Amino acid sequence: MNIYVLMKKTFDTEEKIQISDGKIETDGAEFIINPYDEYAIEEAIKVRDEHGGEVTVVTIGDEESESQLRTALAMGADKAVLINTEDDVEEGDQVTTTKILEAYFEDKEVDLILAGNVAIDEASGQVGPRLAAKLDIPYVTTITSLEIDGDTVKIDKDVEGDVEKVETSLPLLVTCQQGLNEPRYPSLPGIMKAKKKPLEELEIDDLDLDEDDVEASTETVEVFLPPEKEAGKVLEGETDEQVKELVSLLKTEAKVL
Amino acid sequence: MSETQEKVIKGGGFLVEDIAAEDMLTPEDFTSEHKMIAKTTEEYVKGEVWPVLDNLENHEFDKSVDLLKKAGELGLLGADVPEEYGGLGLDKVSSSLITEKMSLAGGFSITHGAHVGIGSLPIVFFGNKEQKEKYLPVLATGEKLAAYALTEPGSGSDALGASTTAKLNEAGTHYVLNGEKQWITNSAFADVFVVYAKVDGDKFTAFIVEREFPGVSTGPEEKKMGIKSSSTRTLVLEDAEVPVENVLGEIGRGHIIAFNILNVGRYKLAIGGVGGAKRAIEVATKYANERKQFNTPISSFRMIQEKLANMAARTYANESSVYRTVGLFEQRMGGLSQEELNDGSEVAKSIAEYAIECSMNKYMATELLDYAADEAVQIHGGYGFMQEYEVERMYRDSRINRIFEGTNEINRMLVPGTFMKKAMKGQLPLLEKATALQEELMTMMPEPVGDETLEQERYLLKNAKKIGLLAAGIAAQKFQDKLEQEQELLANIADMAGEIYNMEAAILRTEKAINKDGEEKHKQKVLYTQVYVQEAFNSIEADAKETLVASDSGDSLRMMLGALRKLTRHDPTNVVEKKREIAKTLIEEEKYTV
Repeated sequence: MNIYVLMKKTFDTEEKIQISDGKIETDGAEFIINPYDEYAIEEAIKVRDEHGGEVTVVTIGDEESESQLRTALAMGADKAVLINTEDDVEEGDQVTTTKILEAYFEDKEVDLILAGNVAIDEASGQVGPRLAAKLDIPYVTTITSLEIDGDTVKIDKDVEGDVEKVETSLPLLVTCQQGLNEPRYPSLPGIMKAKKKPLEELEIDDLDLDEDDVEASTETVEVFLPPEKEAGKVLEGETDEQVKELVSLLKTEAKVL
Repeated sequence: MSETQEKVIKGGGFLVEDIAAEDMLTPEDFTSEHKMIAKTTEEYVKGEVWPVLDNLENHEFDKSVDLLKKAGELGLLGADVPEEYGGLGLDKVSSSLITEKMSLAGGFSITHGAHVGIGSLPIVFFGNKEQKEKYLPVLATGEKLAAYALTEPGSGSDALGASTTAKLNEAGTHYVLNGEKQWITNSAFADVFVVYAKVDGDKFTAFIVEREFPGVSTGPEEKKMGIKSSSTRTLVLEDAEVPVENVLGEIGRGHIIAFNILNVGRYKLAIGGVGGAKRAIEVATKYANERKQFNTPISSFRMIQEKLANMAARTYANESSVYRTVGLFEQRMGGLSQEELNDGSEVAKSIAEYAIECSMNKYMATELLDYAADEAVQIHGGYGFMQEYEVERMYRDSRINRIFEGTNEINRMLVPGTFMKKAMKGQLPLLEKATALQEELMTMMPEPVGDETLEQERYLLKNAKKIGLLAAGIAAQKFQDKLEQEQELLANIADMAGEIYNMEAAILRTEKAINKDGEEKHKQKVLYTQVYVQEAFNSIEADAKETLVASDSGDSLRMMLGALRKLTRHDPTNVVEKKREIAKTLIEEEKYTV
């Protein structure tokens, strides 16, 4: 089976995010594999171990994305591809990413593509479905279980906490939701082996694209941190009065009613 | 000796020789593999050990066994075992990072350390081919677990005074061991014990003893102050039958193994100390930000900030110096052939060369840990005294580190003792340096110090080395071969040496980082270095003065004190201001950060 994983590097959410000049401060920030993509990598490895084949992890990023790709290789992926857009793309969005991936997959034989449900930084959840549409293959988002039998695929899909059972067929794209599996940490032998595994580096030029082809369709107007959490308010008095006060506060202060 | 080896720095050489920043290993040099290994270890501890830590504290040791097996699957037991014998044969930086991250696991870190370190390494270093083939592959996977049995009720620091005996049976097939080994880590579940006994009552020898051998048993679980997550029992040997092929190394040469393993144990404890101190800073900073008194987070109080800054500056210096030592091992081992590396005893020799550094790191870093754990409790106030809070366990767990692998007092005796031995053997030109210094002091004029970054620190370091040599030289001259009776002075000398080694490591690390990517990115490192160097220098001055006063008298003493004054003349750094700056970053980041 030819299994591909779409991976993105994101800020480590355990670190403090800082904003300066309307942008997230990247200096000294720690990067990790997008946690939902970890489910995708883990699932890809499991599918390969069961059905054979090869797992290729693809990312769009910069020189430093190599570190996350090596981690994926150390977990057990076979090959990695870095599409380095550092010099060519200044402001990309989901359209940019999809364009590049579409070009990358143009000449690939694909059985299964796995991606994270969303990336925890921008959380659009669009790249997977957009790519599937472009490649003209079926897709299922937010999956929590995957069973492959020949060309038939049985999937549990998380629907706002409920489960939808889906049956579909390969080739297929899925996006992975929490609960699908428990991603392994790379073992030490895995880490040592990862050094020797192939990591291919491409630029958009190699995919016959130029900057205009991958122009973003959206514009980021503002970036800001969520407001700091303030202390709660405890209402006092008779229940009736408390309810009245609550309703009035929701109207006047929180302005949600 | 090959050419590369000659370029390698000698053990204890830091006192008489200056090295370039580029020649010292620093944490900034770690490769992406090193970082991944560290991360895997950390995730293992947080994901596997933390959820069962309470069970471990309650002595549910079947969980310890499961955890070790899981660690084996991840390769966390095989770093120091050569590939040929089923391990990973990683470099010492990798195994050190595993040790550092494992320190987050509380008492379980001792379980892990005893297995991979003192339990397995005697066989890695000194086992013959058959012994390595038999034991190492199963130890590297965790299929079998190891322990180390040296201490006896009557012999702790005096390890060679052991009274356990070994006698060859009549058939000449087995040694029969009798005696008790005390406080044996992992004894509840270990399958393999490295045991020391005296053959025919006088030849100190190491044996590989399996739990299943007839006559081998363990006593009840000890009730300890801390590291309750690790198992500690007595190993009882009653006519225990050990096959002759299980003699480790040579008969009567067990002390070689014991001393080498102590060196390893010491630097590993130092690394664990650094890891533990980092954790203490993180927990204390988070708490200080959360806890409000007088409607203000206590992290905004300057006395709390000062504590955090002290913890972090000391951690920085010790972190720099323990990895400096690891770098020394690596440089020396770089000159070894693959065959020598597989042999193990050559690896042990590379480590033994730095016995002084191992001892210094041990007492400096374990005292850092105690200090950091203590202040972390203090920052927590009354809550720090409650068992629900991590710092309470940290405080209890920390205490043993100053005691095992040679008490810090024994290690302090070893440092000047080894320096003297090396000087007498002509391996270090200490006497020549001390004589030259005394002449230099007659005519010495104070030097102007510029205000370039780290210039003051370099100046203080240079003078600290001279002060150390002066004080130690006068003490050695005065007491000659009776110096070893003057334990207080030896401790002063050991303290000065430890501070000098740490100061230099901090300075060189900061310098190397600045050389690489500029000062702007390394402000915190500069601050740590400035604070640490100033305070270390102050304590060196006090130690030297006390030593001189105790060694000399009259005009001669007055002259020496005059020389000391010349050497200590400088414009002191405003550490209060620097510490406030340090604390600002710590409070923002909520962890030890460089």
